[in-house]
Amino acid sequence: MTRKLEMNNLKISPKELLINNLVPIMFICICVVGIPISGYSGSYLLNEILSRLGRNSFLVLSLLIPVMAGMGMNFGMTLGAMAGQIGLILVTDWNIVGIPAMVLAAIISTPISILLGWLCGTILNRAKGREMVTSYIIGFFMNGVYQLVVLYFMGSIIPIASSALVLPRGYGIRNTVNLEGIRKSLDNLIPFNIFGASVPVATFILVAVFCVVILWFRRTKLGQDMRAVGQDMEVARQAGIKVERTRLLSIILSTVFAGFGMIIYLQNIGTLNTYNSHSQIGMFSIAALLVGGASVDKANIRNVFIGIILFHLMFTIAPTVGRNLIGEAQLGEYFRVFVSYGVITFSLVLYEIRKKREAKKALEEAEA
Amino acid sequence: MDATVLKEKSLHAVKSFGLPRLIITLFLLLLFIIAPFANVNIASGISDMLTRFGMNAVLVLAMVPMVHSGCGLNFGLPLGIISGLLGATLTLEFGYTGFSSLMMAILFATPFAIILGAGYGALLNRVKGGEMMIATYVGFSSVAFMCIMWLLLPYDNPSMVWGYAGTGLRTTISVEGAYLGVLDNFLRIQIGHFAVPTGTILFFAFLALLMWLFLRTKTGTAMTAVGSNPIFATASGVSVDRMRTLSVILSTWLGAVGIIIYEQSFGFIQLYMGPFNMAMPAVSAILLGGASVNKASIANVVIGTLLFQGILTMTPSVMNGLIQMDVSEVIRIIVSNGMILYALTRKQEATR
Repeated sequence: MTRKLEMNNLKISPKELLINNLVPIMFICICVVGIPISGYSGSYLLNEILSRLGRNSFLVLSLLIPVMAGMGMNFGMTLGAMAGQIGLILVTDWNIVGIPAMVLAAIISTPISILLGWLCGTILNRAKGREMVTSYIIGFFMNGVYQLVVLYFMGSIIPIASSALVLPRGYGIRNTVNLEGIRKSLDNLIPFNIFGASVPVATFILVAVFCVVILWFRRTKLGQDMRAVGQDMEVARQAGIKVERTRLLSIILSTVFAGFGMIIYLQNIGTLNTYNSHSQIGMFSIAALLVGGASVDKANIRNVFIGIILFHLMFTIAPTVGRNLIGEAQLGEYFRVFVSYGVITFSLVLYEIRKKREAKKALEEAEA
Repeated sequence: MDATVLKEKSLHAVKSFGLPRLIITLFLLLLFIIAPFANVNIASGISDMLTRFGMNAVLVLAMVPMVHSGCGLNFGLPLGIISGLLGATLTLEFGYTGFSSLMMAILFATPFAIILGAGYGALLNRVKGGEMMIATYVGFSSVAFMCIMWLLLPYDNPSMVWGYAGTGLRTTISVEGAYLGVLDNFLRIQIGHFAVPTGTILFFAFLALLMWLFLRTKTGTAMTAVGSNPIFATASGVSVDRMRTLSVILSTWLGAVGIIIYEQSFGFIQLYMGPFNMAMPAVSAILLGGASVNKASIANVVIGTLLFQGILTMTPSVMNGLIQMDVSEVIRIIVSNGMILYALTRKQEATR
């Protein structure tokens, strides 16, 4: 199977290479033009990028496993983010701080993530061929359930002691939760500075471990099964692979890791927007991965890091560039929202067109 | 034995009606039954429901053409809404008033809807099978793009632009003095708390009738054929791509008209991120009405919009009256997205 892929790679013409990498190239251009206009210093940008790499890598890496299983971008990663947030709300209420709080939040989030991931995977198995739009809607649906739990059950059914967390009416969590107790506790665990920029060493170590786990996972039996399912479900089924179970596991794993990723993300931010933090994280993570040159059916660790650097560089400079160019920072804000959505649209279209072309080519070859 | 037959029959009835739809209908009935105990006036409840029906029905109708031609649910509705917003803002910019402003808004919106719809249709033709996800993101991208445009376009009517800068449109613009209520108040029936926005409902009925007639013309039949069996349609000499593009243009235009009717009743034009989440309620309403990913009728539109808007109007007031706890937002999210999930996972459609 890998040999076949390599052969395909050899046949790619320069024009195709350009089209396939159009998104990263576009982003490099935006950044090259934008950075001088923004007027930011190198050390400021380095600091921003290092911090954003630290907080986003884990989340974006969690998207890789479903891609392996041919289920596309897992918009259902928001479910994991919700689980992570519930864990964080609880440990904040219990006044636990620092690394133990993060570990405990991760432990609490795991069973919730597994349950939500199982639910998501089961539904996706009934919607083969349109996993992305379905997982996208599941994210919205579960957002309703999340609100029910956090806004109505917490403080009434689920005991919450801290009055700083509960709304004045007596139940429900406030719009923002201060995560002072765990703020940057992982990032600053091993302090290190370079060129005036602080490096979140411990976070990077965790991310590196996750990368190794993913690389190892690809070689395991389950990882191989996932790739086989991703290549062709029917062929995999003939080969005796339990297709549904494999797909389900890929979503569960992705959800659990997304939950951990969200905890890492929020320890860097330091405050939790109870009802908003999770809803945007899926879109930004997916956009970052696609900017790194990934597509719906192919994504690797390199795409993750290139994507986060390019996407967040654009994200950092856009408002200032907007203000310096047209005198309107709001314009830059809208621009970056447009680019995030535009990138996803563009990549999805490109993927569908390529899929159709390949199917046609395969048909012609079969006829010939 | 009679009992088993009866059971089978009722099971079949439930199946054809759809379990979620049955649950929602019963829930709505229950809300109306307990409304008096929660000190909620049923008459005003029903008229609220009718007003919101009028506001939203055309937007839901905009789903029909694309479903018929096999393009799936029109998650790209914001594109149509944007055309409508362009028409509406141009009308206000030129200072039209009264009924003519409504007509002018629709007229101005039409060329935008045709151009944007044609482009959108051409795009969807290249991504057959993946329409819905791409439609969603086409909608989002276009809303974000228009956010930039609303700031930059050279509108200068003082009632619409930011006061201190003199440029850039405001986030909400009142349509008072223009077309606010021109349809709602046409032949309006008002008995105490009970009111019917006759004009708006008549206007929707007119559009729905046109749609019904169109689906029975030669072109309309061809469109349905393309949706149900593209290979057969090609064999009988129908151009699949052309029919699909036509359906997308129609859907986009109806979205444009829909938002203008919505504003007519709501009173405000909502720009910037306003259209962002407008596709979901329309999509779930038509599904609630019994439509599926590849089948939709005018009846689905009417039933679905009534049920969906009924739930939206009745839950907050009844829940507030009963338990002093407003869970209506949560119910709205769960019902509308649950409905879409149900449609996406139904077996007979998963084969397409």
